[in-house]
Amino acid sequence: MRKPSDGAAQRTRRAFLTKSAALAGGGAIAAAGGARAAPLAIPQSNQEPGRTIEETAYGMPSKYEAHVRRRRTDVFKNRQNLSDWSMTPLQHQPGIITPNGLIFERHHAGTPDIDPDRHRLVIHGMVKQPLEFAMDDLTRYPSVSRFHFHECSGNGLTDWLKPASTTVQQTHGLLSGVLWTGVPASTLFEEAGIDPRGKWALFEGADSSAHARSIPLEKVLDDAIIAYAMNGEALRPENGYPVRVVIPGWEGNTSVKWLRRIKVGDQPWHLRSETARYTDPMPGGKWRQFSMVMECKSVITSPSGGQKLKGPGFYEVTGLAWSGAGKVRAVDVSFDGGKNWREATLEQPVMDKCLTRFKVGWNWNGGPAMLMSRAVDSTGYVQPTVADLQKTRAIVGFVQHHNAIQPWAVNQNGEVRNAINQA
Amino acid sequence: MQSTRHKLLLVLVAGVFSGCAGMGGAPAKSSTGIYLGATGPHPVQPLADKPRFGKAISEADVAAWNIDVRTSDGAGLPPGRGSVAQGRQIYAQKCAACHGPDGKGGAAYQYPGALFGGIGSMTKVPRILTPGSMYPYAPVLFDYTRRAMPMDRPQTLSNDETYALTAYLLSLSGLVPADAVMDAQSLPKVQMPNRDGFIVDDRPDAKAVRCMTNCK
Repeated sequence: MRKPSDGAAQRTRRAFLTKSAALAGGGAIAAAGGARAAPLAIPQSNQEPGRTIEETAYGMPSKYEAHVRRRRTDVFKNRQNLSDWSMTPLQHQPGIITPNGLIFERHHAGTPDIDPDRHRLVIHGMVKQPLEFAMDDLTRYPSVSRFHFHECSGNGLTDWLKPASTTVQQTHGLLSGVLWTGVPASTLFEEAGIDPRGKWALFEGADSSAHARSIPLEKVLDDAIIAYAMNGEALRPENGYPVRVVIPGWEGNTSVKWLRRIKVGDQPWHLRSETARYTDPMPGGKWRQFSMVMECKSVITSPSGGQKLKGPGFYEVTGLAWSGAGKVRAVDVSFDGGKNWREATLEQPVMDKCLTRFKVGWNWNGGPAMLMSRAVDSTGYVQPTVADLQKTRAIVGFVQHHNAIQPWAVNQNGEVRNAINQA
Repeated sequence: MQSTRHKLLLVLVAGVFSGCAGMGGAPAKSSTGIYLGATGPHPVQPLADKPRFGKAISEADVAAWNIDVRTSDGAGLPPGRGSVAQGRQIYAQKCAACHGPDGKGGAAYQYPGALFGGIGSMTKVPRILTPGSMYPYAPVLFDYTRRAMPMDRPQTLSNDETYALTAYLLSLSGLVPADAVMDAQSLPKVQMPNRDGFIVDDRPDAKAVRCMTNCK
């Protein structure tokens, strides 16, 4: 019985080989001026009409792309699927935008089905005038659209000290790139009028966990978005339909989905979600609290775990880099386990708190190699190794905020394996 | 009116960003010491163009939604009360199916299972996380139970039931006596072992260097 992740890895490998073979084939023709065993036949698709246009439709990917799926966590398995998560297939994602059907999920009590005509958002507490908004009200305000990465604080939690995951979907798939559209949160706060004592805002969901987080007002007024759309359409139910807050660059759960209530206060609430959960174990039995910024990080998505190189020759090594503290300034790639590094090319545009695509050409000589990427952000922060993080944190149990360098080991057969903390 | 609001926001924004280096500079922190990462600028249309679509309501209108408790001092705890004995009965009816008999953990419940134990484990491996070992403030138990439990019927417990369950779970951890009654006055006074177990985000903490050749 094959595990689902094995199937994904095999199909990934097939896609990768096909791409490599095409490159190699082109090279062979140019170099040798040779001929095929049989001339190219006219494809069947040239010789018969295609499908007609449907009167209405929501377009779906090709049936040949059916292996590109969001997958529920299968390394750390939850005993129920209400408070659970599913992961984005980053190994199949070109560019910096994740299609809506592939954006990772993390819910605390399942996905609600909310009628937008009945949904209400309120802002109250330390405000001059408590206000209620219907969805029709929110969509009438001047809107903003911004590209941002979205990452769960638990991304990578299964793979700190030794490899547990096979694919980059399993190691890094609690990550997506999204164009969010909505009202700047500052618009609604300004309309309600903030009491001068107000320093924090509580955001609370209409889901069955009523998930809530305390966020400093400085961040809310700077760049938070009350979002009703993503990537050119309404939010998907699993991503907060009909409205959520987006806290750019901060751990995903602060961007409370199915948003029903905002309350302004002078102190944080210290809820379970910010004491017993979403805190980081530290030396001496301590816990780091309100660690909400997602620090600078990168990962090579191709070649990545579970894939296989076709043979020696040229490969474009590519991946994603991001930082919740600003823009990606540079990404370096090592092929020898971190001894020597080459600066990669950053694909434009490079945006604030957004996925950035990096690329570097590599001629594989057929021998063992250890691939790593290391990002630097606009504050000068350099992506650390696990060993660097261990100097200040306690890596015990269910540890969040893993932004360490991800090594991928390539053996002489071209097989790519997760080598976290092994380099 | 518009200009008054305009001034208010400008004052507020100027106040909160004073001393903030923003993008490219030192890490920005909030006035309450929280690491913010980079800030602005994010151009927004001039306030004079802004319409107002919010419907004025009163705090009373939000009463049924206003379920948060500021757990450090219990602000927001509602009227009502409940005893350990009452909580034991409610637990058996509404909680045991998932959490197991007597809070010991059940088949449907996620790691770590038991609802008590683990006090003193924070300096050991593994740290055993339960309400008694982990929560810094006892009202966390009330807030979370009221907003999210029981998982199949959340926000259906009465305040008395929630206080009773809180009392029972605290008694399982040995943090209140078997005859304890919890209410808005008594619950915030329960001393939790992990009260001083938290430090506010002090990142960035890693000090990696961008070495390019012959590293390590």
